[in-house]
Amino acid sequence: MIQHIFLNLEEAVSVILFGIGFTMLLLHQNLIKKIMGMNIMDTAVYLFLAAKGYINGRMVPIVVDGIQDASAYINPVPSGLVLTGIVVSVSTTALMLALTIRLYERYGSLSLDQILTQIKEEERA
Amino acid sequence: MSFVQNFPFFSIIIAMFSGIVSSVLPGKAAKRLSFFAIGITTLMSAAVLAFCLGTGESYTYMMGHFPAPWGNEIRAGVLEALTALLFGIVMFLAVLGGLDYTKVDVEESKQNLFYILIDLMLSSLLALVYTNDLFTAYVFVEINTIAGCGLIMIRQKGRSMSSAIRYMIFSQLGSGLFLIGLSLLYDVTGHLLMSPAKEEVGQIMAAGIYKIPMLVILAVISVGLAIKSGLYPFHYWIPDTYGYATPTASAILSGLVSKGYIFLLIKIFYRVLGRENVIDSYLANVLFLFGVAGMLMGSIHAIAQKDTRRMIAYSSVAQIGYIYMGIGLGTQAGMVAAIFHIFSHSASKALLFISSVGLYEVSENKKDYLSLRGAGYRNPMAGIGFGVGALSMVGVPMLAGFISKLLFATSALESPHKMFITLLALAFSTVLNAIYFLRMVITLYRPSTSSEGKETEDEPIEAKKSSWNLRLAILCFIVLNLVLGMSSQPIVAAIGDGLMMFE
Repeated sequence: MIQHIFLNLEEAVSVILFGIGFTMLLLHQNLIKKIMGMNIMDTAVYLFLAAKGYINGRMVPIVVDGIQDASAYINPVPSGLVLTGIVVSVSTTALMLALTIRLYERYGSLSLDQILTQIKEEERA
Repeated sequence: MSFVQNFPFFSIIIAMFSGIVSSVLPGKAAKRLSFFAIGITTLMSAAVLAFCLGTGESYTYMMGHFPAPWGNEIRAGVLEALTALLFGIVMFLAVLGGLDYTKVDVEESKQNLFYILIDLMLSSLLALVYTNDLFTAYVFVEINTIAGCGLIMIRQKGRSMSSAIRYMIFSQLGSGLFLIGLSLLYDVTGHLLMSPAKEEVGQIMAAGIYKIPMLVILAVISVGLAIKSGLYPFHYWIPDTYGYATPTASAILSGLVSKGYIFLLIKIFYRVLGRENVIDSYLANVLFLFGVAGMLMGSIHAIAQKDTRRMIAYSSVAQIGYIYMGIGLGTQAGMVAAIFHIFSHSASKALLFISSVGLYEVSENKKDYLSLRGAGYRNPMAGIGFGVGALSMVGVPMLAGFISKLLFATSALESPHKMFITLLALAFSTVLNAIYFLRMVITLYRPSTSSEGKETEDEPIEAKKSSWNLRLAILCFIVLNLVLGMSSQPIVAAIGDGLMMFE
């Protein structure tokens, strides 16, 4: 069991990070920390993909010295997926930060609990 | 290759580009462009449907110049085209019906932004329906989420902002799980295209290796998409989001967005993971149980609501439960029933949201039961629309909801272990549905001469007419419900054929 974890160290780490990020996004009350959790979660997936795409002893998939043989390079597809994923997570992060700013201006708090109680009080009034 | 085969690609790209172009257009032009985009993509979906019914088989469409195991593909068959067609119709009518409220709820300078979001939503839904590539599906899931969040928060009143952030949080939890599931699947199979990935999954399953990773992949992808579509224990974001957004947004979010994710899940079950594997892993049973729980709990919550719009929103939780119950039955018939219920729920729930605003506008924009008394007389068209939608949800013959309940019941007979629970759950939830929907319908047709109704007694109640577009949208929705309910045979047959083509 233990040697499996050491054999796949990057994967194990990334899954643990994913768990941390997921829990933060789900359970934390502070909106900024929620967003941080979301970023940790996404980054963990990118680490996982990058680790899986890497093949020991091979080069970055950019043709430099005219070597055309595919066996000289690592798998480029996961790197492409990571790039796409980063674009997606940047835009969702931006959107959530913008929403957080709006909520902070309106309710003066970053705690989701407090915002929700404040909304309920306002509705009752 | 015939010209019609290009249409799925064209429709996605037209919707996307009209969104991009709308960013520099004034509000009115953006609105026209949006209607044009929805209309033309709907016509294209109809053409693709006719083509696929004619040839009797599905086809894949290569994107770019890399053939099968590497490139990106679109796939169109009867089921995809039918779903895209129905989504297009519902979307068109929802935008049409909510037109006046869009004008009021959205700031003048931001009108075009609203239509950008509509266009992006359309293109992402079409892409989710047509795509044959897992990572493309992920990217469009995210576009869908962002567009959905924008549609919620564009009405900057009351709870819409806090519900937008909650929607975002839950969506991100769902897409995070979906993404890690895809990455694991890519590692195990080495493919992102659905068909090669399925072959690889078949070989892995036959060899009996990677048992735990496959189970984890299955669970993570299903739970991720279940969170995003609002299956019962993950439904907390639903009532606020649907209850406080602008009517068009509520209708689209409840009628289409959650259905898009469910369609993707069914597609992944059939085209990647294999239906037998899903059933063997007992995951189907888990979905079944949560679906049944959702059917009952959603309805119980709906009965407890005082705000009628939140009542309709909670009823969505129950209806999503129906769909997952159908998927969880694990049989072909159950799946057909689930997909038919996707259609009938889209048609009826969008009708309910659109016609309820017609009722609120004649009741001083109040949403509780007392204020809505007699609203059915004050706005006859909206009253009839709401009545039809409610009866369809309850399952009265001739309407769409009846056929889906019938299909669920008959498909339950095929799976002996789940038959009893399914039939019982159907019976209970129908009674619960009837309690809250009929209560509302009866309220609508009660004369409003109660305690504070002096003014209404003095002035004769005059039937106020809503704008023509609201009435037209309600009328078309009623027709759609009747079509789904009365001529369901060819549609059910087409769904069955489409599912066959999936495998």
